[in-house]
Amino acid sequence: MHELSLATGIVETVIKHADGRPVTAVEMRIGTLRQVVPESLDFYFGICSRDTVCEGADMRQEIVRARLHCRSCGEEWQIDEPNFRCRSCGGTDVEVIAGTEFEVESIEVTESGANDQEEAGCIAPR
Amino acid sequence: MHRTKVKVAEDALDANTTIAEANRHDFDHAGVRVVNLMSAPGAGKTTLLECAIPEMDARVGVLEGDVAGSMDADRIAHLHVPVVQLNTDAGFGGECHLDANMVRSALPGFELDEIDLLVIENVGNLVCPAEFRVGEDARAMICSVAEGEDKPLKYPLMFRACELVVVNKTDLLPHLDYDVEKLRHNLESVNPEAEVIECSARTGEGTGAFAEWLAAVAAREAAAV
Repeated sequence: MHELSLATGIVETVIKHADGRPVTAVEMRIGTLRQVVPESLDFYFGICSRDTVCEGADMRQEIVRARLHCRSCGEEWQIDEPNFRCRSCGGTDVEVIAGTEFEVESIEVTESGANDQEEAGCIAPR
Repeated sequence: MHRTKVKVAEDALDANTTIAEANRHDFDHAGVRVVNLMSAPGAGKTTLLECAIPEMDARVGVLEGDVAGSMDADRIAHLHVPVVQLNTDAGFGGECHLDANMVRSALPGFELDEIDLLVIENVGNLVCPAEFRVGEDARAMICSVAEGEDKPLKYPLMFRACELVVVNKTDLLPHLDYDVEKLRHNLESVNPEAEVIECSARTGEGTGAFAEWLAAVAAREAAAV
């Protein structure tokens, strides 16, 4: 059910940037610390996107593994288990440098303008 | 017809964050500090508040979040403090958490100038509430001994989100295999900085420490938004 709320957030964000244009693909960057189940997010995205410009869009999820940095000894490492103590010095002054992402990285939209450009060729910030 | 790739690079919960900041601005303007209190269903949030609020000098208001019903708000109302019940099944799709927009919709129910501390009792759930900032100054959670010592490892997102973990229902310890030290050990690996209070809201033992923690939050200076 966590994924339902998150999918709603994705659809809202995509609609804002799509500017009314139909969306064919959504690229997400999702950190492992967000505890998202990819299949579940995909399922709820399908439901939340109905009757919006995102309906039928293909969602691609790039999973970002969690990385920590110890401010005391400088150690930097990747974690799979929820253990946030420094693996080198055992210290607790540890910062998360990757793994909390939940971002819409980019979207692919269909333009209906007269001056067709190369397909999916340009990066056009809104 | 052609396809264009549009760079977005935006947090998908950005809309919530923006409203949370607006809430925070209003709280700061009124000099109100806010605690977001979270836990699994039945961990004892309301009972603990019933113990702590009468011991406090600060003027406290409570926002009760539930999917349905006003049982908790009715209990808090007996303490003669301002309380508003927010039901997520009334226009919010029966959500399993409170988000910034829901909290904002409830704010007109309070005279913010007349309280020092607003406690937002979130919907009982160890997952979704941790994802949604509501404009709070501090986040705390209750983890009752009936839930097992492994919960920090199973719900790291929640346990990492909180600066205080209250271990409630300690009066049950003689009847359980629960090991408080094991809970502390698991919590340390997930959130070493978290403060821990052990108490029983049923007997009242240790709840004074929670009242003191709330009072300390109420006395905090407003942080820059």
